[in-house]
Amino acid sequence: MGSKRQFRIWRGDETGGDLKDYTVEVNEGEVVLDVIHRLQATEAPDLACRWNCKAGKCGSCSMEINGKPRLGCMTRMSTFEESETVTVTPLRTFPVIRDLVTDVSFNYEKARETPAFAPPADVAPGDYRMEQVDVERSQEFRKCIECFLCQNVCHVIRDHDENKPAFSGPRYFIRAAELDMHPLDARTDRREYAQSDMGLGFCNITKCCTEVCPEHIKITDNGIIPMKERVVDRRYDPLVWLGNKIFRRGQVPQTSATSGHSSGAVTSGGTHGGAHAHGGGPHVGGVHSHAGGSHDSAAERQAQQGVNWHREVPHPTAPAVDASGKLPLTELTFNKAAAPSPFGDDVTFPLPPEHLNFAHPQQDEPKH
Amino acid sequence: MTTTSARTPRPQPRGGRARAAIAAKTLRTDRWWFAPLITVVGLSAWVIYATVRVFMHKWYWVEQYHYLTPFYSPCVTDRCVEGSSHFGQFLPGWWIIPDAALTLPFLLLFRLTCYYYRKAYYRSFWLSPPACAVPDGHQSYSGETRFPLLGQNLHRYFFYAAAIISLINTWDAILAFHSPEGFGFGLGNIILLVNVVMLWAYTISCHSCRHIIGGRLKHFSKHPMRYKAWTGVSWLNVRHMQLAWITLGTLALTDFYVMAVAAGWINDLRFIN
Repeated sequence: MGSKRQFRIWRGDETGGDLKDYTVEVNEGEVVLDVIHRLQATEAPDLACRWNCKAGKCGSCSMEINGKPRLGCMTRMSTFEESETVTVTPLRTFPVIRDLVTDVSFNYEKARETPAFAPPADVAPGDYRMEQVDVERSQEFRKCIECFLCQNVCHVIRDHDENKPAFSGPRYFIRAAELDMHPLDARTDRREYAQSDMGLGFCNITKCCTEVCPEHIKITDNGIIPMKERVVDRRYDPLVWLGNKIFRRGQVPQTSATSGHSSGAVTSGGTHGGAHAHGGGPHVGGVHSHAGGSHDSAAERQAQQGVNWHREVPHPTAPAVDASGKLPLTELTFNKAAAPSPFGDDVTFPLPPEHLNFAHPQQDEPKH
Repeated sequence: MTTTSARTPRPQPRGGRARAAIAAKTLRTDRWWFAPLITVVGLSAWVIYATVRVFMHKWYWVEQYHYLTPFYSPCVTDRCVEGSSHFGQFLPGWWIIPDAALTLPFLLLFRLTCYYYRKAYYRSFWLSPPACAVPDGHQSYSGETRFPLLGQNLHRYFFYAAAIISLINTWDAILAFHSPEGFGFGLGNIILLVNVVMLWAYTISCHSCRHIIGGRLKHFSKHPMRYKAWTGVSWLNVRHMQLAWITLGTLALTDFYVMAVAAGWINDLRFIN
């Protein structure tokens, strides 16, 4: 049996707005997003609200309900008193577009700045093998649905907008932690990068990100604090420093705000040479990176000089085919784990420039 | 109760779109202020009690049963009662010098830099922020990027010190199985033991300990023993907040019990001798 409930919903856009009162019917088992939809269907058809799955898995319907960052689809109306007025507002940390819809592109900028997974140079795709016990920690962070509630509640940017250029936020700290803990990630400078480029030091461990996470990821205890401790390993631990000096181990160069991309196995063979996402463009707030790439000056020079058309092009091996001359249908019948590559097993991507077998149509024409 | 005091919307940086113009500082309707309030009351009460006791310079040692309060262990000033000094009496007995000057500063710094206590006092004392989605009490914020808060990264060293001090406290608890007839066992022993067990639990559950034990590894599969230890420390680590408060309680209770017996306010309940 439904009942009438009082709602206050923020209506407006970037030029201003206000809380508007509504009286809406609420039925048993409904969530706040249902009420928003009922409002759209009745007295407020122009009420803007972003939503998608209604199952707490897409992270679209992030909003603030009675001042708390929540998912609209996961906030049951039964958690409120019948006499209680429910106040719904857009996320405060991000610019508003209209009503409950905000512009969360800040998060996508930070996502692009975060270095991507860097596979080991000596293991071909398809041959990656990991122990379950090694990936469990990373898998917790893979539950993230990118609702950005943690980014919204973090007071570092919520209350201090000026920190946005230098601070990536909890969602990207767990991304950094995920990759730093990943058993096959080849980058060795993630903790340095997190500290110097992502603003890990801004976090003061007040755990609001963990409190609001709808996936119950232990963002602080399992992601941010371990990353802070890893930074301590590299930067602040005199015992580690002494051990490194004596045993000459862990000779990873200390990175500054912009020199943190020079190391890591991903640079081997210049396979990523020339793959620079920024292309020499301006860096925002001293923060820059590109996904998984690296600066290798030799490879960079080679890339700038272009392809040597007179080189000897190695012939790739043919794809592994069975007796009938076709690719095996399943890996069960194949003599290797994982699916065979249709390009031949000696070909890895991206192709290094010296292995390109493309020839320009006019390459062999006589010059006049 | 909704807080609805108005504020001027902040100017928007970088020439981007403006945030929603919501006048209320927070729209939370729950008792968000309760947790920081109770933290202020609890921590303040404990600090006041501990300060008074540390500078009282008496009633810390029960000669008959060898009970020594953790606030005076090890006693290292020249005013210390004989028997309470395991490591000599090499500091002058000035009033301002705590009798356990060798250990108390490290214990204080261990708790001050503890990841749980940081959350507690940043929220409750420094209001940065007082609660989630409640505005920070400061105009600017640089977090732990500058001195002196950069020093929070030294937590690991205070953990090492705290582990050594826990050994000393354990030794105190073992020596306390004493009576004028030789071996003895009373209620004071139980209190000292419980305190030591809780102190170990709090120390081991520390986030730095969790990292050192195994958290720093990338491949647990190559270090099965450390992985097992890490799993155990992680189990305790989840309870770090509870242990932080429990040990404040057991420390104060142990000290008060020893003080009460030493002052003659109560007699120790003896089970053996």
